[in-house]
Amino acid sequence: MPRLLTALATAAALALPTLATAQDMNPNVAARHAVMDVLAYNLGQIGGMAQGRMPYDAAVASAAANNIYHLSMLDIAPMFAEGTDNASAQGSRALPAIWTDMDGFNARWAALQTAAEAMKDAAGTDLASLQGAMGGLGGACGACHQTYRQPQ
Amino acid sequence: MLARLGTFALVLAAVGGGAFWVLTRPASLSADTLTALQSHSADPQHGEQVFWTAGCASCHTAPSVDATASTEARMVLAGGRSFVTPFGTFRAPNISPDPEAGIGGWTLEQFATAVMLGVSPEGAHYYPAFPYTTYTHATPGDIADLWAYWQMLPADPTPSAAHEVGFPFSMRRGLGLWKMLNFDPAFATPVPEDPEAARGHYLVEALGHCAECHTPRDALGGLDRSQWLAGAPNPVGEGRIPALPPQGWTAFDIAAYLETGFTPEFDTAGGEMADVVANISRIAAPDRAAIAAYLVALRASPNP
Repeated sequence: MPRLLTALATAAALALPTLATAQDMNPNVAARHAVMDVLAYNLGQIGGMAQGRMPYDAAVASAAANNIYHLSMLDIAPMFAEGTDNASAQGSRALPAIWTDMDGFNARWAALQTAAEAMKDAAGTDLASLQGAMGGLGGACGACHQTYRQPQ
Repeated sequence: MLARLGTFALVLAAVGGGAFWVLTRPASLSADTLTALQSHSADPQHGEQVFWTAGCASCHTAPSVDATASTEARMVLAGGRSFVTPFGTFRAPNISPDPEAGIGGWTLEQFATAVMLGVSPEGAHYYPAFPYTTYTHATPGDIADLWAYWQMLPADPTPSAAHEVGFPFSMRRGLGLWKMLNFDPAFATPVPEDPEAARGHYLVEALGHCAECHTPRDALGGLDRSQWLAGAPNPVGEGRIPALPPQGWTAFDIAAYLETGFTPEFDTAGGEMADVVANISRIAAPDRAAIAAYLVALRASPNP
Protein backbone atom coordinates (compact mmCIF):
# COMPACT_ATOMS: atom_id res chain seq x y z
CA MET A 1 0.00 0.00 0.00
CA PRO A 2 2.72 2.59 0.81
CA ARG A 3 4.33 1.50 -2.45
CA LEU A 4 1.12 2.32 -4.32
CA LEU A 5 0.98 5.71 -2.64
CA THR A 6 4.58 6.41 -3.65
CA ALA A 7 3.78 5.42 -7.20
CA LEU A 8 0.72 7.67 -7.22
CA ALA A 9 2.71 10.55 -5.78
CA THR A 10 5.41 10.05 -8.40
CA ALA A 11 2.84 9.96 -11.17
CA ALA A 12 1.22 13.11 -9.84
CA ALA A 13 4.59 14.85 -9.65
CA LEU A 14 5.40 13.81 -13.21
CA ALA A 15 2.02 15.06 -14.42
CA LEU A 16 2.42 18.42 -12.69
CA PRO A 17 4.55 20.20 -15.29
CA THR A 18 1.99 19.33 -17.99
CA LEU A 19 -0.88 20.64 -15.88
CA ALA A 20 1.07 23.77 -15.04
CA THR A 21 1.71 24.46 -18.73
CA ALA A 22 -1.97 24.08 -19.61
CA GLN A 23 -2.96 26.45 -16.81
CA ASP A 24 -0.25 28.96 -17.68
CA MET A 25 -1.14 29.16 -21.34
CA ASN A 26 -2.23 32.63 -22.28
CA PRO A 27 -6.04 32.48 -22.71
CA ASN A 28 -5.81 34.29 -26.06
CA VAL A 29 -3.39 31.67 -27.38
CA ALA A 30 -5.56 28.85 -26.02
CA ALA A 31 -8.66 30.34 -27.66
CA ARG A 32 -7.12 30.77 -31.12
CA HIS A 33 -5.63 27.29 -30.96
CA ALA A 34 -9.13 26.02 -30.22
CA VAL A 35 -10.50 27.83 -33.28
CA MET A 36 -7.75 26.29 -35.45
CA ASP A 37 -8.47 22.84 -34.01
CA VAL A 38 -12.16 23.05 -34.88
CA LEU A 39 -11.25 24.36 -38.34
CA ALA A 40 -8.87 21.42 -38.84
CA TYR A 41 -11.53 18.93 -37.65
CA ASN A 42 -14.00 20.18 -40.25
CA LEU A 43 -11.35 20.49 -42.97
CA GLY A 44 -10.57 16.86 -42.24
CA GLN A 45 -14.11 15.91 -43.26
CA ILE A 46 -14.20 17.67 -46.63
CA GLY A 47 -10.45 17.30 -47.26
CA GLY A 48 -10.68 13.59 -46.48
CA MET A 49 -13.38 13.26 -49.14
CA ALA A 50 -11.44 15.41 -51.63
CA GLN A 51 -8.35 13.21 -51.18
CA GLY A 52 -10.32 9.95 -51.38
CA ARG A 53 -9.62 9.00 -47.77
CA MET A 54 -13.37 8.58 -47.17
CA PRO A 55 -16.42 8.27 -49.44
CA TYR A 56 -18.24 11.44 -50.48
CA ASP A 57 -21.32 12.20 -48.38
CA ALA A 58 -23.16 15.38 -49.37
CA ALA A 59 -24.78 15.90 -45.95
CA VAL A 60 -21.53 15.46 -43.98
CA ALA A 61 -19.64 17.66 -46.45
CA SER A 62 -22.28 20.36 -46.26
CA ALA A 63 -22.26 20.38 -42.47
CA ALA A 64 -18.48 20.61 -42.30
CA ALA A 65 -18.35 23.38 -44.92
CA ASN A 66 -21.03 25.30 -43.02
CA ASN A 67 -19.01 25.01 -39.83
CA ILE A 68 -15.89 26.31 -41.58
CA TYR A 69 -17.86 29.21 -43.00
CA HIS A 70 -19.22 30.17 -39.58
CA LEU A 71 -15.78 29.81 -37.98
CA SER A 72 -14.37 32.13 -40.64
CA MET A 73 -16.98 34.74 -39.63
CA LEU A 74 -15.61 34.90 -36.07
CA ASP A 75 -14.07 38.18 -35.00
CA ILE A 76 -10.61 36.90 -34.13
CA ALA A 77 -9.12 40.30 -33.26
CA PRO A 78 -9.50 39.94 -29.46
CA MET A 79 -7.70 36.55 -29.55
CA PHE A 80 -4.76 38.22 -31.29
CA ALA A 81 -4.31 40.79 -28.52
CA GLU A 82 -1.07 42.79 -28.31
CA GLY A 83 1.70 41.00 -26.45
CA THR A 84 0.69 37.46 -27.44
CA ASP A 85 3.31 36.74 -30.11
CA ASN A 86 5.68 33.77 -30.05
CA ALA A 87 8.31 35.70 -28.09
CA SER A 88 5.86 36.83 -25.39
CA ALA A 89 3.36 33.99 -25.00
CA GLN A 90 4.47 30.44 -24.25
CA GLY A 91 3.28 27.85 -26.74
CA SER A 92 2.49 30.38 -29.46
CA ARG A 93 3.96 30.33 -32.97
CA ALA A 94 2.30 33.62 -33.96
CA LEU A 95 5.01 35.83 -35.47
CA PRO A 96 5.40 39.51 -34.54
CA ALA A 97 4.67 40.25 -38.24
CA ILE A 98 0.96 39.92 -37.36
CA TRP A 99 1.12 43.03 -35.20
CA THR A 100 3.47 45.02 -37.44
CA ASP A 101 1.25 44.24 -40.46
CA MET A 102 -2.25 43.91 -39.01
CA ASP A 103 -3.86 45.03 -42.29
CA GLY A 104 -2.11 42.22 -44.17
CA PHE A 105 -3.09 39.73 -41.49
CA ASN A 106 -6.73 40.83 -41.58
CA ALA A 107 -6.72 40.57 -45.36
CA ARG A 108 -5.61 36.91 -44.98
CA TRP A 109 -8.50 36.18 -42.63
CA ALA A 110 -10.87 37.92 -45.06
CA ALA A 111 -9.51 35.69 -47.85
CA LEU A 112 -10.41 32.67 -45.73
CA GLN A 113 -13.99 33.97 -45.46
CA THR A 114 -14.22 34.26 -49.25
CA ALA A 115 -12.82 30.75 -49.78
CA ALA A 116 -15.08 29.33 -47.05
CA GLU A 117 -18.14 30.89 -48.66
CA ALA A 118 -17.24 29.29 -51.99
CA MET A 119 -16.83 25.93 -50.24
CA LYS A 120 -20.18 26.33 -48.44
CA ASP A 121 -21.88 26.53 -51.83
CA ALA A 122 -19.82 23.74 -53.42
CA ALA A 123 -19.46 21.04 -50.75
CA GLY A 124 -23.04 19.69 -50.91
CA THR A 125 -23.29 19.73 -54.70
CA ASP A 126 -21.00 16.85 -55.67
CA LEU A 127 -17.46 15.57 -55.16
CA ALA A 128 -16.05 17.39 -58.19
CA SER A 129 -17.39 20.75 -56.95
CA LEU A 130 -15.98 20.09 -53.50
CA GLN A 131 -12.59 19.22 -54.95
CA GLY A 132 -12.68 22.36 -57.08
CA ALA A 133 -13.18 24.57 -54.02
CA MET A 134 -10.56 22.77 -51.92
CA GLY A 135 -7.55 24.47 -53.53
CA GLY A 136 -8.80 27.94 -52.67
CA LEU A 137 -9.51 26.96 -49.09
CA GLY A 138 -6.12 25.29 -48.59
CA GLY A 139 -4.43 28.24 -50.26
CA ALA A 140 -6.09 30.65 -47.83
CA CYS A 141 -4.82 28.64 -44.85
CA GLY A 142 -1.33 28.31 -46.32
CA ALA A 143 -0.96 31.95 -47.35
CA CYS A 144 -1.49 33.12 -43.78
CA HIS A 145 0.72 30.43 -42.25
CA GLN A 146 3.42 31.27 -44.80
CA THR A 147 3.88 34.80 -43.50
CA TYR A 148 2.57 34.87 -39.97
CA ARG A 149 3.42 31.53 -38.33
CA GLN A 150 6.80 30.27 -37.18
CA PRO A 151 7.78 26.73 -38.24
CA GLN A 152 7.71 24.18 -35.40
CA MET B 1 69.34 38.93 -40.47
CA LEU B 2 66.18 40.97 -40.19
CA ALA B 3 66.15 41.51 -43.92
CA ARG B 4 66.55 37.77 -44.50
CA LEU B 5 63.68 37.07 -42.12
CA GLY B 6 61.59 39.63 -43.95
CA THR B 7 62.32 37.98 -47.28
CA PHE B 8 61.43 34.60 -45.80
CA ALA B 9 58.12 35.96 -44.52
CA LEU B 10 57.38 37.46 -47.91
CA VAL B 11 58.14 34.18 -49.68
CA LEU B 12 55.98 32.30 -47.20
CA ALA B 13 53.13 34.75 -47.74
CA ALA B 14 53.52 34.43 -51.50
CA VAL B 15 53.48 30.61 -51.33
CA GLY B 16 50.52 30.67 -48.96
CA GLY B 17 48.69 33.17 -51.09
CA GLY B 18 49.49 31.17 -54.20
CA ALA B 19 48.21 27.97 -52.62
CA PHE B 20 45.05 29.79 -51.51
CA TRP B 21 44.64 31.14 -55.03
CA VAL B 22 45.01 27.71 -56.60
CA LEU B 23 42.85 25.90 -54.05
CA THR B 24 40.02 28.40 -54.24
CA ARG B 25 40.00 28.64 -58.05
CA PRO B 26 36.44 28.42 -59.44
CA ALA B 27 35.85 25.12 -61.26
CA SER B 28 34.62 24.63 -64.80
CA LEU B 29 32.45 21.89 -66.27
CA SER B 30 34.07 18.62 -67.32
CA ALA B 31 34.36 17.77 -71.02
CA ASP B 32 31.88 14.91 -70.52
CA THR B 33 29.28 17.18 -68.95
CA LEU B 34 29.76 19.78 -71.69
CA THR B 35 29.31 17.17 -74.42
CA ALA B 36 26.22 15.80 -72.70
CA LEU B 37 24.74 19.32 -72.42
CA GLN B 38 25.42 20.29 -76.02
CA SER B 39 24.34 17.00 -77.60
CA HIS B 40 21.10 16.79 -75.61
CA SER B 41 17.95 17.37 -77.61
CA ALA B 42 16.32 19.88 -75.27
CA ASP B 43 12.69 19.42 -74.23
CA PRO B 44 11.23 22.60 -72.67
CA GLN B 45 8.11 20.75 -71.49
CA HIS B 46 10.23 18.44 -69.38
CA GLY B 47 12.24 21.51 -68.41
CA GLU B 48 9.08 22.93 -66.85
CA GLN B 49 8.85 19.84 -64.63
CA VAL B 50 12.51 20.33 -63.64
CA PHE B 51 11.74 24.00 -62.92
CA TRP B 52 8.93 23.23 -60.45
CA THR B 53 10.80 20.34 -58.84
CA ALA B 54 13.99 22.39 -58.38
CA GLY B 55 11.90 25.14 -56.78
CA CYS B 56 13.59 28.13 -58.48
CA ALA B 57 10.43 30.19 -57.90
CA SER B 58 10.59 29.70 -54.11
CA CYS B 59 13.50 32.10 -53.80
CA HIS B 60 13.63 34.08 -57.04
CA THR B 61 10.08 35.44 -57.34
CA ALA B 62 9.43 38.96 -56.00
CA PRO B 63 8.67 39.19 -52.25
CA SER B 64 5.02 40.00 -53.02
CA VAL B 65 4.48 36.66 -54.79
CA ASP B 66 3.04 34.30 -52.16
CA ALA B 67 2.01 30.66 -52.26
CA THR B 68 -1.43 31.50 -53.67
CA ALA B 69 0.01 33.35 -56.69
CA SER B 70 -0.88 32.17 -60.19
CA THR B 71 1.45 30.02 -62.30
CA GLU B 72 2.12 33.07 -64.49
CA ALA B 73 3.20 35.11 -61.45
CA ARG B 74 5.47 32.28 -60.25
CA MET B 75 7.24 32.32 -63.62
CA VAL B 76 8.52 35.89 -63.14
CA LEU B 77 11.95 35.48 -61.50
CA ALA B 78 12.44 39.16 -60.64
CA GLY B 79 14.32 38.43 -57.39
CA GLY B 80 14.39 40.63 -54.29
CA ARG B 81 13.59 38.23 -51.45
CA SER B 82 15.86 38.52 -48.39
CA PHE B 83 17.28 35.56 -46.48
CA VAL B 84 18.60 36.50 -43.06
CA THR B 85 21.23 33.96 -41.96
CA PRO B 86 24.04 33.87 -39.35
CA PHE B 87 26.45 34.76 -42.21
CA GLY B 88 24.59 37.82 -43.40
CA THR B 89 21.52 38.76 -45.41
CA PHE B 90 21.37 37.25 -48.88
CA ARG B 91 19.15 38.75 -51.56
CA ALA B 92 17.94 36.52 -54.35
CA PRO B 93 18.94 38.13 -57.66
CA ASN B 94 16.88 38.66 -60.79
CA ILE B 95 17.37 35.50 -62.90
CA SER B 96 14.63 36.23 -65.41
CA PRO B 97 15.63 36.18 -69.11
CA ASP B 98 16.01 39.99 -69.15
CA PRO B 99 19.39 40.60 -70.88
CA GLU B 100 20.28 43.54 -68.60
CA ALA B 101 18.73 42.87 -65.18
CA GLY B 102 18.58 39.08 -65.49
CA ILE B 103 20.44 36.26 -67.20
CA GLY B 104 19.02 36.57 -70.71
CA GLY B 105 22.51 37.02 -72.17
CA TRP B 106 23.84 33.73 -70.81
CA THR B 107 24.76 30.63 -72.79
CA LEU B 108 23.70 27.10 -71.81
CA GLU B 109 27.28 26.45 -70.65
CA GLN B 110 27.26 29.53 -68.41
CA PHE B 111 23.85 28.54 -67.01
CA ALA B 112 24.99 24.98 -66.28
CA THR B 113 28.24 26.25 -64.69
CA ALA B 114 26.23 28.51 -62.39
CA VAL B 115 23.65 25.88 -61.44
CA MET B 116 25.92 22.82 -61.16
CA LEU B 117 29.16 24.42 -59.88
CA GLY B 118 28.07 27.69 -58.27
CA VAL B 119 30.35 29.74 -60.53
CA SER B 120 29.26 32.93 -62.32
CA PRO B 121 30.06 33.75 -65.98
CA GLU B 122 32.68 36.17 -64.59
CA GLY B 123 34.34 33.28 -62.75
CA ALA B 124 33.25 34.22 -59.20
CA HIS B 125 31.89 31.83 -56.58
CA TYR B 126 28.22 32.10 -55.68
CA TYR B 127 27.18 31.96 -52.05
CA PRO B 128 25.76 28.55 -51.14
CA ALA B 129 22.38 30.12 -50.30
CA PHE B 130 22.02 29.10 -53.97
CA PRO B 131 21.73 25.29 -53.57
CA TYR B 132 24.24 24.29 -56.26
CA THR B 133 25.62 21.57 -53.96
CA THR B 134 22.25 19.90 -54.65
CA TYR B 135 21.93 20.78 -58.35
CA THR B 136 25.42 19.43 -59.08
CA HIS B 137 23.80 15.97 -58.91
CA ALA B 138 21.33 16.78 -61.69
CA THR B 139 21.74 15.13 -65.08
CA PRO B 140 23.06 17.42 -67.84
CA GLY B 141 19.89 16.53 -69.77
CA ASP B 142 17.67 17.96 -67.03
CA ILE B 143 19.76 21.15 -66.91
CA ALA B 144 19.59 21.57 -70.70
CA ASP B 145 15.81 21.02 -70.60
CA LEU B 146 15.52 23.57 -67.80
CA TRP B 147 17.45 26.12 -69.86
CA ALA B 148 15.16 25.47 -72.83
CA TYR B 149 12.15 26.14 -70.60
CA TRP B 150 13.89 29.27 -69.25
CA GLN B 151 13.63 30.83 -72.71
CA MET B 152 9.82 30.78 -72.31
CA LEU B 153 9.84 32.67 -68.99
CA PRO B 154 8.93 36.38 -69.03
CA ALA B 155 11.75 38.94 -68.74
CA ASP B 156 11.64 41.38 -65.84
CA PRO B 157 13.66 44.63 -65.62
CA THR B 158 13.95 44.85 -61.78
CA PRO B 159 17.63 45.35 -60.84
CA SER B 160 19.13 42.82 -58.40
CA ALA B 161 19.81 44.03 -54.85
CA ALA B 162 23.23 43.50 -53.22
CA HIS B 163 23.83 40.96 -50.44
CA GLU B 164 24.69 42.31 -46.98
CA VAL B 165 27.51 40.05 -45.90
CA GLY B 166 30.29 41.06 -43.51
CA PHE B 167 34.00 40.14 -43.54
CA PRO B 168 35.33 37.46 -43.98
CA PHE B 169 32.28 36.05 -45.78
CA SER B 170 32.31 39.06 -48.09
CA MET B 171 35.49 37.59 -49.69
CA ARG B 172 33.92 35.38 -52.35
CA ARG B 173 37.25 33.77 -53.20
CA GLY B 174 37.19 32.15 -49.74
CA LEU B 175 34.07 30.25 -50.81
CA GLY B 176 36.48 28.04 -52.74
CA LEU B 177 37.61 26.64 -49.38
CA TRP B 178 33.98 26.18 -48.34
CA LYS B 179 33.38 24.26 -51.54
CA MET B 180 36.41 22.02 -50.84
CA LEU B 181 34.71 21.04 -47.57
CA ASN B 182 31.11 20.87 -48.72
CA PHE B 183 30.93 20.26 -52.45
CA ASP B 184 30.39 16.51 -52.67
CA PRO B 185 29.78 14.97 -56.09
CA ALA B 186 28.47 11.81 -54.37
CA PHE B 187 24.85 11.44 -53.26
CA ALA B 188 24.24 11.60 -49.50
CA THR B 189 22.19 8.39 -49.37
CA PRO B 190 22.48 5.20 -51.46
CA VAL B 191 20.24 4.86 -54.51
CA PRO B 192 17.28 2.67 -53.42
CA GLU B 193 16.67 -0.56 -55.33
CA ASP B 194 12.97 0.11 -55.82
CA PRO B 195 12.66 2.15 -59.07
CA GLU B 196 10.01 4.50 -57.65
CA ALA B 197 12.08 5.24 -54.55
CA ALA B 198 15.17 5.64 -56.78
CA ARG B 199 13.33 8.29 -58.80
CA GLY B 200 12.37 10.03 -55.55
CA HIS B 201 16.00 9.85 -54.39
CA TYR B 202 17.05 11.75 -57.53
CA LEU B 203 14.25 14.31 -57.21
CA VAL B 204 15.11 15.02 -53.55
CA GLU B 205 18.92 14.89 -53.74
CA ALA B 206 19.49 16.49 -57.17
CA LEU B 207 16.59 18.94 -57.61
CA GLY B 208 14.20 19.39 -54.69
CA HIS B 209 16.96 20.39 -52.22
CA CYS B 210 14.82 19.38 -49.20
CA ALA B 211 18.08 18.91 -47.25
CA GLU B 212 18.90 22.63 -47.40
CA CYS B 213 16.40 23.19 -44.58
CA HIS B 214 15.71 19.71 -43.20
CA THR B 215 19.38 18.78 -42.55
CA PRO B 216 21.36 20.53 -39.79
CA ARG B 217 24.40 22.65 -40.68
CA ASP B 218 27.84 22.89 -39.10
CA ALA B 219 29.55 26.08 -37.88
CA LEU B 220 30.57 26.99 -41.44
CA GLY B 221 27.09 26.46 -42.84
CA GLY B 222 27.86 23.12 -44.49
CA LEU B 223 25.24 20.37 -44.35
CA ASP B 224 25.92 17.67 -41.75
CA ARG B 225 25.21 14.78 -44.09
CA SER B 226 25.49 12.27 -41.21
CA GLN B 227 22.14 13.71 -40.06
CA TRP B 228 20.48 13.65 -43.47
CA LEU B 229 16.93 15.09 -43.32
CA ALA B 230 16.95 14.54 -39.55
CA GLY B 231 15.44 17.96 -38.81
CA ALA B 232 17.26 21.21 -38.05
CA PRO B 233 16.96 24.72 -36.66
CA ASN B 234 15.22 27.02 -39.13
CA PRO B 235 18.12 28.44 -41.24
CA VAL B 236 16.26 31.69 -42.00
CA GLY B 237 14.33 32.49 -38.83
CA GLU B 238 12.90 31.17 -35.62
CA GLY B 239 11.70 27.66 -34.87
CA ARG B 240 12.65 24.22 -36.13
CA ILE B 241 12.30 22.41 -39.45
CA PRO B 242 10.99 18.87 -38.81
CA ALA B 243 12.69 15.57 -39.56
CA LEU B 244 11.66 13.71 -42.73
CA PRO B 245 9.52 11.77 -43.04
CA PRO B 246 7.29 13.12 -40.26
CA GLN B 247 6.50 10.45 -37.68
CA GLY B 248 3.51 8.33 -38.56
CA TRP B 249 3.05 9.69 -42.09
CA THR B 250 2.38 7.20 -44.88
CA ALA B 251 3.54 7.64 -48.48
CA PHE B 252 -0.04 8.69 -49.29
CA ASP B 253 0.11 11.35 -46.55
CA ILE B 254 3.39 12.78 -47.89
CA ALA B 255 2.20 12.90 -51.50
CA ALA B 256 -1.12 14.49 -50.44
CA TYR B 257 0.74 17.10 -48.37
CA LEU B 258 3.04 18.00 -51.27
CA GLU B 259 -0.01 18.37 -53.54
CA THR B 260 -2.47 20.18 -51.24
CA GLY B 261 -0.42 21.54 -48.32
CA PHE B 262 -2.64 19.66 -45.85
CA THR B 263 -1.03 17.48 -43.19
CA PRO B 264 -2.87 14.26 -42.22
CA GLU B 265 -4.35 16.27 -39.31
CA PHE B 266 -5.42 19.00 -41.77
CA ASP B 267 -3.07 21.61 -40.51
CA THR B 268 -1.40 23.41 -43.46
CA ALA B 269 2.14 24.01 -44.63
CA GLY B 270 3.47 27.41 -43.59
CA GLY B 271 6.69 29.40 -43.76
CA GLU B 272 9.06 28.51 -46.59
CA MET B 273 7.25 25.19 -47.00
CA ALA B 274 4.15 26.97 -48.34
CA ASP B 275 6.22 27.98 -51.38
CA VAL B 276 7.66 24.48 -51.68
CA VAL B 277 4.12 23.07 -51.87
CA ALA B 278 3.18 25.76 -54.41
CA ASN B 279 5.99 24.42 -56.63
CA ILE B 280 5.71 20.69 -55.98
CA SER B 281 1.92 20.77 -56.46
CA ARG B 282 2.75 21.66 -60.09
CA ILE B 283 4.84 18.55 -60.85
CA ALA B 284 3.47 15.24 -62.19
CA ALA B 285 1.65 13.11 -59.59
CA PRO B 286 3.95 10.06 -60.11
CA ASP B 287 6.94 12.25 -59.17
CA ARG B 288 5.23 13.32 -55.93
CA ALA B 289 4.56 9.64 -55.20
CA ALA B 290 8.24 8.92 -55.95
CA ILE B 291 9.41 11.54 -53.45
CA ALA B 292 7.08 10.00 -50.87
CA ALA B 293 8.40 6.50 -51.64
CA TYR B 294 12.01 7.66 -51.13
CA LEU B 295 11.22 9.38 -47.83
CA VAL B 296 9.30 6.38 -46.48
CA ALA B 297 12.18 4.09 -47.50
CA LEU B 298 14.57 6.49 -45.74
CA ARG B 299 12.69 5.95 -42.49
CA ALA B 300 13.42 2.23 -42.71
CA SER B 301 17.16 3.02 -42.80
CA PRO B 302 17.57 6.57 -41.47
CA ASN B 303 20.88 8.43 -41.52
CA PRO B 304 23.18 5.92 -43.24
